[in-house]
Amino acid sequence: MESNQYVQFFDGGIEPKLETLGGKGASLVIMTSAGMPVPPGFVVTTAAFDEFMAAAGIIQEIHDLLDGLDPEDVAQVEKVSAGIRADICSKPVPEGLRAQTLAAYEALMGRFDTPVPVAVRSSATAEDLPDASFAGQQDTYLWLEGAKAVTEHIRQCWASLFTSRAILYRLKNSIPNEGLSMAVVVQKMVNSKVSGVAMTLDPANGDRSKITIDSSYGVGEMVVSGQVTPDNILLDKVTLAVVSEHLGDKHAELVPDRSAHTLVEREVEEERRARRSLNDAELAAVAAMAKRAEKHYKCPQDIEWALDADLPDGENLLLLQSRPETVHSSKPAAPKAATGGWAAALGATGAGQAPAGGTQAGGTPAGGTSAGAGGFSLGSITASLLKASI
Amino acid sequence: MSLKSFPKPSELPVPAGAEGWEKIYPYYLVFQDKLKDQEDAKFWFCDSQHWPTVFKPFETIGGEFAVKCLGQYNARHLMIPNANGIEFRIHLGYLYMSPIPVPEEQIAARVPLFEQRVGHYFQNWEELLKQWHVKVRGTIDEMETLSFNKLPDMVPMDDITTGKAMDGSEVLLENYDRLIQLAYQNWQYHFEFLNLGYIAYLDFFNFCKEVFPNIPDQSIATMVQGVDMELFRPDDELKGLATLAVELGIQSAFSNTDDVEATLAAVAAAPGGDRWIRQYKDAQDPWFNFTVGNGFYGHDKYWKDHQEIPLGYIADYIRRLDEGQQIMRPTGELIAEKERIVEEYRDLLEGDTQAAFDAKRQLAATAYPYVENHNFYIEHWTMGVFWRKVRELSRMMQAEGFWTEPDDLLYLNRNEVRDALFDLVTGWGVGAAPIGPTYWPQEIERRRGIVDALKTARPAPALNTPPASITEPFTRMLWGITTEQVQQWLGAGEEVEGGGLRGMAASPGVVEGIARVIHDSDQLAEVQQGEILVATVTAPSWGPIFGKIKATVTDIGGMMSHAAIVCREYGLPAVTGTGSASTTIKTGQRLRVDGTKGTVQILDADEPAITGPGAHSHSHA
Repeated sequence: MESNQYVQFFDGGIEPKLETLGGKGASLVIMTSAGMPVPPGFVVTTAAFDEFMAAAGIIQEIHDLLDGLDPEDVAQVEKVSAGIRADICSKPVPEGLRAQTLAAYEALMGRFDTPVPVAVRSSATAEDLPDASFAGQQDTYLWLEGAKAVTEHIRQCWASLFTSRAILYRLKNSIPNEGLSMAVVVQKMVNSKVSGVAMTLDPANGDRSKITIDSSYGVGEMVVSGQVTPDNILLDKVTLAVVSEHLGDKHAELVPDRSAHTLVEREVEEERRARRSLNDAELAAVAAMAKRAEKHYKCPQDIEWALDADLPDGENLLLLQSRPETVHSSKPAAPKAATGGWAAALGATGAGQAPAGGTQAGGTPAGGTSAGAGGFSLGSITASLLKASI
Repeated sequence: MSLKSFPKPSELPVPAGAEGWEKIYPYYLVFQDKLKDQEDAKFWFCDSQHWPTVFKPFETIGGEFAVKCLGQYNARHLMIPNANGIEFRIHLGYLYMSPIPVPEEQIAARVPLFEQRVGHYFQNWEELLKQWHVKVRGTIDEMETLSFNKLPDMVPMDDITTGKAMDGSEVLLENYDRLIQLAYQNWQYHFEFLNLGYIAYLDFFNFCKEVFPNIPDQSIATMVQGVDMELFRPDDELKGLATLAVELGIQSAFSNTDDVEATLAAVAAAPGGDRWIRQYKDAQDPWFNFTVGNGFYGHDKYWKDHQEIPLGYIADYIRRLDEGQQIMRPTGELIAEKERIVEEYRDLLEGDTQAAFDAKRQLAATAYPYVENHNFYIEHWTMGVFWRKVRELSRMMQAEGFWTEPDDLLYLNRNEVRDALFDLVTGWGVGAAPIGPTYWPQEIERRRGIVDALKTARPAPALNTPPASITEPFTRMLWGITTEQVQQWLGAGEEVEGGGLRGMAASPGVVEGIARVIHDSDQLAEVQQGEILVATVTAPSWGPIFGKIKATVTDIGGMMSHAAIVCREYGLPAVTGTGSASTTIKTGQRLRVDGTKGTVQILDADEPAITGPGAHSHSHA
């Protein structure tokens, strides 16, 4: 299904706008288009909210109720808030808008063999609500199944614009009530069969030419909290070749129990413990994604990722979180190596006459820079030869 | 770690029928009874990378010249602080080597000498390399002028009237001596830049290992290697000829390329055929001075002398073009990938470290391509002419009754050939029969028996007790002889999951396919599309084969062995230096080759199915 003014898929290819998608929605669309596969879903845009409010005919009434509210009179604020939210949750949604939302939900479900649970979250534009974490805590609904539950909770997100806390915040900060709007994110719940973390450097020495991956079965919590020993793999960042790997014990896994809407712990059978939890292709995909995240955010990243059991192989890798790696990335990128003082102007002898390798190098940015960067160091050449072992 | 040992030379059994083998080689090439203690105390590894089969006596010339000249550049030209040359011996027909260290107390004194000498070369690389080409070409041109004609019945009248007063036999002797000298000369030139190429590579290698700990060797190799090397020119010429044949629509002329004359006649008669013949002739000089072997054996076949070989490859390329296949190497992609790799590593560095990376990579990328490019000029071109001249001489002496088979000269060592020539000119000069025809046929038969008997045994990978660690840089880089490799030969290496072989991760990628084990370049025609080539060692001139196969596995060779370089060039996975792939794996077995990890698994070890031309599928349970 194509995105339109009311619903926009993360991978719908439409330019993300904060004012129509809210902060969370815009960030999900940006990450998806940067090649970072977040759990699939769509945003119900602020246009949908605006359309609903207009059709409900309650805008003026709300303004009247909010005008002249005394921030100190908490009981009155509570009463007004409850009234507005009850209104929002009871007014009919315009048929066209409702059809678009349902179609988007069906299209999302259509990507899986059987319908999967989703999370519904509010996605406020920055000025509307105190802060993202505050909003997020209030308006995240997990493990929702079926169109009815989803549309109900979208409405609850809309209503959350008028919680007493939100109203008080705007009053205290003199934020006008005119033009308030709210986007809502509908996103697949992650069903991790394998998950873990990845760092775009070697934490042992800060070497930025490596990617480290920890990987285990089920949801990542057991890895993060140290309850299982995950597989640990060190890869070369440039070629993605495996430099070293250590298989962890991975004795237990946390997996979603859909009927209970929770996670349960279970033993991992011998056969799965004994092998690496990621196959070669999956390993390369995790590493490539970590590399993309680093490139996107322009500093070493520490990511959380998962392979989703509901998605087909090759499309099942999801990025759950990406944050800057802070321990090593403040240090110099690499150990200082001797540069030596003896310079010979090899570059000046004419790269154009160099053998094949040299000629091509002349065309690369690396080669081009090196010509002006001085020559080689005999001292270091000697040191290289004298090294006990290479 | 318990130090296991390889057998001592005296502990290796002499194959039945090879008794007395020591005497077919010069005295200085075999282990000495009187030096037993010293020789047994040294670690010797077998170089079956360059010399995979038993030497006939004359063929030791390649081993002697190559290893001696390699050593002289370390020990006498460049004054490498910590490495002299390599001692070598022939044992049971195979070449064993032992690197000679520099005594600890002499190392410091050599450093300034080394830096002065190496510095001069790196500073004047282009100029000196240009001179090298002139020198090498001069040697080859002179070698081409040498002839070994039958001596005349009498001295020509002209020589009487001019008072020349020589019978012409001196020319025969001189030409022989000159042929040996010219080969020696180009082998000296061969190493003028080779060690330097490795030194520049090693400098960049060590730097990369320092700033990117544990960086895969493959990445470093990729960053300095040339993508379009002269070594690939001969193969590219054939591809060009195949493309032209398709363009001209003369494919049918190539139906039986084993008949060279008929094929060329059919092409010439076809419309546009003259254009093709012109291009074919142009390609021959010099690119058909190309061996299917490695230049070190008298039986090596050169394209120039065996045109059914290049014509066969052309026919195969024509077939593939007609099937719509892409036959050109993915040069553009390889260059782009190389540039990406260089740039990404470079971007990880900053400031002085980045500048050092640039300088070292630039030096290595300038100096290293020689390591592959020289090969065409010496192993292929020089040795192609050399062996052709040797065959001319052998045939002339065969005609004089010295031996029965055209190439039997190879059963004499090169100094015995000098003796036999003097025997010939003496007999001719005095008007008597030479002694050789009485002496040599029987002696050659005896030696043939010994060589054939020696061929029934494979060499030991190494001899005596290895040192705790292998540190000599050239041994490690050129031969892939590392501490881990030696341990693996001794059976102490890390086990490969599910059984299998471990070697060097020489060219990345993972494939599964059917093995084709090749022991000799004459078997190359057996290789089928999509098979995995398993060989003791590969020669880069097997170029056209690399367009057919899925992966390569070799017994011997490091990251910079020919198989590794050619596979990276063709984008094929390769595992080199497995030690025993060609004897462990059987043709028809299904393999999983992981060129990224350096492992080879035999997937159906119990039931090798033999497939191929003329063989029906059956199993050996």
